Amino acid sequence: MFMSERQEPALSRERAEYLRKLKIRKHAILTARILILVAFFAVWEIAGNLRLIDPFLTSQPSRIIRTLSNLYMQGDLFKHIGITCLETVAGFLLGTVLGTGVAILLWWSDFISRVLEPYLVVLNSLPKIALGPIFIIWIGPGPSAIIVMALAISLIVTILEVLNGFLSADPEKIRLVETFGANRLQVFTKVVLPSNIGSVINALKINVGLSWVGVIVGEFLVSRAGLGYLIVYGGQVFQLDLVMTSVIILAAAAALMYQGVVWIERKLMKNPQVYGRM
Amino acid sequence: MAEELVDVRNLGMKYQSPNGEIEAVRDVSFTVSKGEFVSLVGPSGCGKSTILSIISGLLKPTSGSVRIGGEWVRGASRKVGYMLQKDHLFDWRTIYQNVLLGLEVRGALNKESKERVMGLLNTYGLYEFRDKYPDQLSGGMRQRAALIRTLAVDPEILLLDEAFSALDYQMRIAVTDDIYGIIKREQKTVIMVTHDISESISMSDRVIVISKRPATVIAIHDIKFNLKERSPLACRETREFPGYFNMIWRELDVHV
Ligand SMILES: Nc1ncnc2c1ncn2[C@@H]1O[C@H](COP(=O)(O)OP(=O)(O)OP(=O)(O)O)[C@@H](O)[C@H]1O
Ligand SMILES: [Mg+2]
Repeated sequence: MFMSERQEPALSRERAEYLRKLKIRKHAILTARILILVAFFAVWEIAGNLRLIDPFLTSQPSRIIRTLSNLYMQGDLFKHIGITCLETVAGFLLGTVLGTGVAILLWWSDFISRVLEPYLVVLNSLPKIALGPIFIIWIGPGPSAIIVMALAISLIVTILEVLNGFLSADPEKIRLVETFGANRLQVFTKVVLPSNIGSVINALKINVGLSWVGVIVGEFLVSRAGLGYLIVYGGQVFQLDLVMTSVIILAAAAALMYQGVVWIERKLMKNPQVYGRM
Repeated sequence: MAEELVDVRNLGMKYQSPNGEIEAVRDVSFTVSKGEFVSLVGPSGCGKSTILSIISGLLKPTSGSVRIGGEWVRGASRKVGYMLQKDHLFDWRTIYQNVLLGLEVRGALNKESKERVMGLLNTYGLYEFRDKYPDQLSGGMRQRAALIRTLAVDPEILLLDEAFSALDYQMRIAVTDDIYGIIKREQKTVIMVTHDISESISMSDRVIVISKRPATVIAIHDIKFNLKERSPLACRETREFPGYFNMIWRELDVHV
């Protein structure tokens, strides 16, 4: 009656062949990716040197490296990176915690959820960037306003995403715990939350991206410090080297942060207690 | 006859929705004695699950009442264990954590109750599988685990709502026999609903035939087999079986 445990049998020749091809393909993909990156920077550099493109407008890898080291010498590099990352992390955490909290509230009370529905729809479709000047006037031009901007952009999406997950919890499983006399809190902790770690993580992934958007927009508007400020400043003084350098740092930082979330996801997936086994 | 453990009297249920009213149950009365296995058989959608939900206290009837052991049922009754159509084992919990669910929810998790659960797992061949996840078990084993989850809270009465219908036919026959054996051994009183006439006859001491919606009682039959040791599979092979089947079939008046 039991399903047999999966055992690793000795590899057949076909299987070994298949695995070998799989490995080759994996290496090929990785190599191609690296080649594209190297080629891109090489063409960029060479085209600049040969004056096929104007490095004044397009910058150049060598100039970017010089700009980086200048920034580093002036001691500004890590200040700007640090401020932007801090704001993003703060916006991200706030968005996730508040968003999940509000989603729990809306799941809890169908009445509140119904009442707020049209407001959420309007807020969701409103381009939140339009609120930027208001935040700056209310909160003052500083990191707080930038964090609020990031929050404004990610909050509604988080609420809707997580709430959707909560509402899709299997009603029969909910019924099951109710047959044992479960109250609403127990329904939530025993069924709804554990079967929805997946949608919470999805919301996190979306949130990372949105927090970056919010922070950069905020820095554009506030223009005091941070990578967003460097980009705007560089544009204003026509220093494309500074702009490109900041964009590349930004890309690296955003990618790192996204990988961080993926890492958390993997950790949780390894522990089926926390993560619904799909 | 032994005392009446469950007394269902003049039950009526009308569901309300913006689109109108659905009368699911009308004036249903019956009693179940301690240790009895009673099944309600009726066509799909006739209101069987509604009747069970009311008995369990999950649903409030619009009229009539249910008493269990003399007490009125109000809110989810602790005397009742409910088995749903599917096993609904949580795939993020191990088998052991799954069978503890009811005790956890009722706040009855302690050394004794855990030991009792271990005993049940042991008796019914799931002990070695206690740390496995549900997707590592066969359909039959999962059904057993679901039953043990229900038995863990030590209910007096088991309510089975088409508890085997999610399984394919051969599995279903085998699992029915298996679960029946466990229920008898644990000496539980059972109320089962099904639309499967054979299943109801093969398991029950009494079959209550229910009409299509709104559910009313058409007839109540005592089921007796000339068997030394009763099991659902053995019942299906008796000479009395077809007689019961045809009678209930005619009463249900099935039209294609
Ligand atoms: N919560 C509800 N609100 C409105 N109508 C409902 C509700 N639950 C059930 N009904 C209706 O009541 C009738 C009886 O439902 P019930 O689930 O009790 O029947 P059933 O005999 O168990 O059906 P099945 O054989 O499909 O399990 C159905 O027509 C159903 O549509
Ligand atoms: Mg039903």
